[in-house]
Amino acid sequence: MKSAGKLARAAVTLLAGTAILAGAGQALAQDNRIEIHWWHAMAGARGELLNQLVEGFNKGQDKYKVIATNKGNYPEAMTAAMAAFRAGKAPHILQVFEVGTGTMMASRAAIKPVYQLMQENGYKFDPSTYITSVTGYYSTSDGKMLSYPFNSSTPIMYYNKDAFAKAGLDPEKPPRTWQEFEPALKKLKESGSTCPFITSWQTWVHLENFSALHNVPFATKANGLDGLDTELKFNSPLHVRHITTLANWMKEGLMVYGGRKNEPNGKFASGECAILMESSAGYASFTKAPFKWGMAMLPYYSDVQGAPQNSIIGGASLWVMARHTPEEYKGVAQFFDYLAATENQVFWHTKSGYLPITPMAYETTKSSGFYAANPGTDVSVRQMTLNPPTENSKGLRLGNFVQIRDVMDEELEAVWSGKKQPKEALDTAVERGNRLLRQFERDVKR
Amino acid sequence: MIERRPIADFVGHLILIVTVLIVAFPIYLAVIAASHDLAGISQVPMPLLPGSEFFTNMANALLEGPKIVGVGRGTSALLLMSNSLIMAISIAVGKIIISLLSAFAIVYFRFPLRTFFFWMIFITLMLPVEVRIIPTFKVVADLGLLDTYTGLVLPLIASATATFLFRQFFMTVPDELVEAARIDGAGPMRFFWDVLVPLSRTSIAAMFVIQFIYGWNQYLWPLLIAAAPEYQTIVLAIGRLMRAPDAYEEWPLIMAMAVLALLPPVVVVVLMQRWFVKGLVETEK
Amino acid sequence: MEKRVVFHNKYLPYLLVAPQIAITVIFFFWPASQAIVQSVLREDAFGVSSHFVGLDNFIALFEDEYYLNSFKVTALFSTLVTVIGLSLSLLLAVTADRIIRAATLYKTFLIWPYAVAPAVAGALWGFVFLPGPGIVAYLLQQMGVDWNFHLNGAQAMFVVVVAATWKQISYNFLFFLAGLQSIPKSLIEAAAIDGAGPVRRFWTIVLPLLSPTLFFLIVVNVVYAFFETFGVIHSLTRGGPAKATEILVYKVWYDGFEAQDLGGSSAQSVILMAIVIGLTVIQFRYIERKVHY
Repeated sequence: MKSAGKLARAAVTLLAGTAILAGAGQALAQDNRIEIHWWHAMAGARGELLNQLVEGFNKGQDKYKVIATNKGNYPEAMTAAMAAFRAGKAPHILQVFEVGTGTMMASRAAIKPVYQLMQENGYKFDPSTYITSVTGYYSTSDGKMLSYPFNSSTPIMYYNKDAFAKAGLDPEKPPRTWQEFEPALKKLKESGSTCPFITSWQTWVHLENFSALHNVPFATKANGLDGLDTELKFNSPLHVRHITTLANWMKEGLMVYGGRKNEPNGKFASGECAILMESSAGYASFTKAPFKWGMAMLPYYSDVQGAPQNSIIGGASLWVMARHTPEEYKGVAQFFDYLAATENQVFWHTKSGYLPITPMAYETTKSSGFYAANPGTDVSVRQMTLNPPTENSKGLRLGNFVQIRDVMDEELEAVWSGKKQPKEALDTAVERGNRLLRQFERDVKR
Repeated sequence: MIERRPIADFVGHLILIVTVLIVAFPIYLAVIAASHDLAGISQVPMPLLPGSEFFTNMANALLEGPKIVGVGRGTSALLLMSNSLIMAISIAVGKIIISLLSAFAIVYFRFPLRTFFFWMIFITLMLPVEVRIIPTFKVVADLGLLDTYTGLVLPLIASATATFLFRQFFMTVPDELVEAARIDGAGPMRFFWDVLVPLSRTSIAAMFVIQFIYGWNQYLWPLLIAAAPEYQTIVLAIGRLMRAPDAYEEWPLIMAMAVLALLPPVVVVVLMQRWFVKGLVETEK
Repeated sequence: MEKRVVFHNKYLPYLLVAPQIAITVIFFFWPASQAIVQSVLREDAFGVSSHFVGLDNFIALFEDEYYLNSFKVTALFSTLVTVIGLSLSLLLAVTADRIIRAATLYKTFLIWPYAVAPAVAGALWGFVFLPGPGIVAYLLQQMGVDWNFHLNGAQAMFVVVVAATWKQISYNFLFFLAGLQSIPKSLIEAAAIDGAGPVRRFWTIVLPLLSPTLFFLIVVNVVYAFFETFGVIHSLTRGGPAKATEILVYKVWYDGFEAQDLGGSSAQSVILMAIVIGLTVIQFRYIERKVHY
């Protein structure tokens, strides 16, 4: 039994040792530059790209030092910042996912709008130098940018060309409309596919973007951009029609349900599923896939007038937190200016797969031959910019949006599992969602 | 045993072996997943035999892991693991010390606020840090303890499990020992150090195992407290890899890091299992 | 449960409890009181504006069918985890107790899931049950089961129960085995001589003598299922589908972290604290006196 004591002693020694080591590590880097803290959620290859951008900025000038820290996934980073703000320790820049936009806006005193930050620090801010279908999501309805779109993507369709060929479909001509979809799925099934069609992010693709593409409101008041008293509208006959179609496909084995987020990606990457709808930023997942695949725009119902309109974005933007010094804000503005520079936009767009935010970046990428060398990588940008955005396709701004998405997911799952009829489920989702909207409105106005 | 029953023995072994296999299966899969590349592991069904990439993946996890999760360059997974180790050991040691002292006071003294303190400590028995995490964060921030080991460790020491177990154990210590110590003229602290602590060795060891694992496996708390790269832990890194936005899950790397994260607590449990069980069971009686 | 012989000293006991009490007050009671304050407020996410709303948050909770649902889910989940975990490990322990020579070896192989972080355990089982490549999912599908725990609530419950039980089974096993080994062999031999078969001996002698261990493990397992399985649920099902696996602790976390509804989340924390305090009181006041060690 003596060895228990020995073990404890060894543990303490080890503890002291590691503490010293860690202390030594900290003492290494010391400089007098003004620190700008950026909390983000990027990890993996994209985290590395983000670090390269930051490094470029830090090397390019000697007044400021941006320190980028991963704080978990989006909700975790946001909660960390909430807690930190309450304690007076908020970072300067916070990466917030698109569904958090309503929450951020409602905390006016906690944020500093980006257009204001840029103006105060002498940067000319011209909304027309940006791709409005990207920046519109994060702007006031009169075009003032509230947060800086950093990583944006839009859902597109990925399809397995080998599976198409096997089913006797033209691998270069994926179905363009939902009407063309069904025969294609049937052929895929006949050719032996156990999973002709699957979708990631079902609510984002089949309700939110579906509305924008068909130019029908997802919610009133320009999808919430024009006011907190917005009401959900995604139980229209068109929406019901689409969900009914999908539900029938699932019953017939033409479509498979694989989860709310991007879990289905694995099933496409392994070749099990022939068609996948997923964020344009997801394409890196498939670069190693052992088959030929292509990208195409999302399908639409050809009998709906105005379709296809344009798709809307997802992803995240950078919010500037309030209560920092003017000196620090100057650095933040300079950093944003750096991020918007065409070369950095091109770098980020081509390496990460996220959308560029300026037309210049898009043109430069195009003329560099990148899209020609990587066919399909421009599908997202083209789909985003099909038409000038209408009030149904600028973006969504809903309070309690995180919960509303979960409500939609739950009700859709009830349809897929046969527990509810599509109409009934969408009506319930709208009703539950509206309750959340009213609660948010009350909280903000109080 | 009473009856010799070879068939029953055989069935017994069979049940145990099957259980061991089932229990070990997920961990086996983790090792398998860590030995393939991404394409290899994504087959349907996944392979059940090891691939050839184990050392590549492990090296990748060790050297590149922290970079990949955005923890910063120039660090290796060893830094993450040493942070986990500091956290786990400090929590375990800290808890054991304060709990021994308070259990000693509550069992061996009579004082006016005794019952009050007793309840105060025991009410904290079950409530995990997750459900009061935001106000706790605020307290730590107000005390200026963000990005410090103290901030990582101290709040997690506030739980009663160890006090509860030491109290239970002290109750079983024969009163004669106290009387003998008194006759020898030993004061309470002499008794504590020379008699009680040595007697509690196995309980202490058991507590060490439990708290070490508790500390090692923390996720949400270090996520909030540690902003600086120097204070990240290995479990934190795995959580990040698994839930990164727009990223696909790099299972081989995740599983390689999971194997790294598994090793120290498994080693602690397996090496100390004798005291672990004995300490807990003795306490229970 | 009181010592007859104690030390006498006016200040020493206070000094001894001081560190524990200080840490408990600073990091437990103070934040807990903040949670109580928060539970009667509505605030924006960053706490810039806040309003007193009385008991609105609590009223909203009890009008929320999903909150009531999460009580049911928690009850079902913790019952399953406790009952399945305890019966399985008791069976194993009884089996291992028969063949004592190899027991240590089996112990070593059974113990390690205890060391696995809940989040990692969730990832491991998620991998096993993943529809498609997951090996068990694949086998089930081959057997004609329509396996998809993303859609089927009962299957989702099954998966989280398996993962949660897996982590706890070794702990239970060790206690049962130690308990069994401490039962005097003479008692069992005496019963055998009286003609009691193994099954009868188990019910009339072994189980009653094991009751303190059993009771202790029930408490430990219920607490485990209530609070410590958060990581398992979070990484496997995130409470879904359709809240079929949303236990109370997960909902507290979800409303606070994902939904940024601090008022509602704090109200739930307060209710949880009340439940925990109630359970603790019952445990110490009532049950501890009834079960004789």
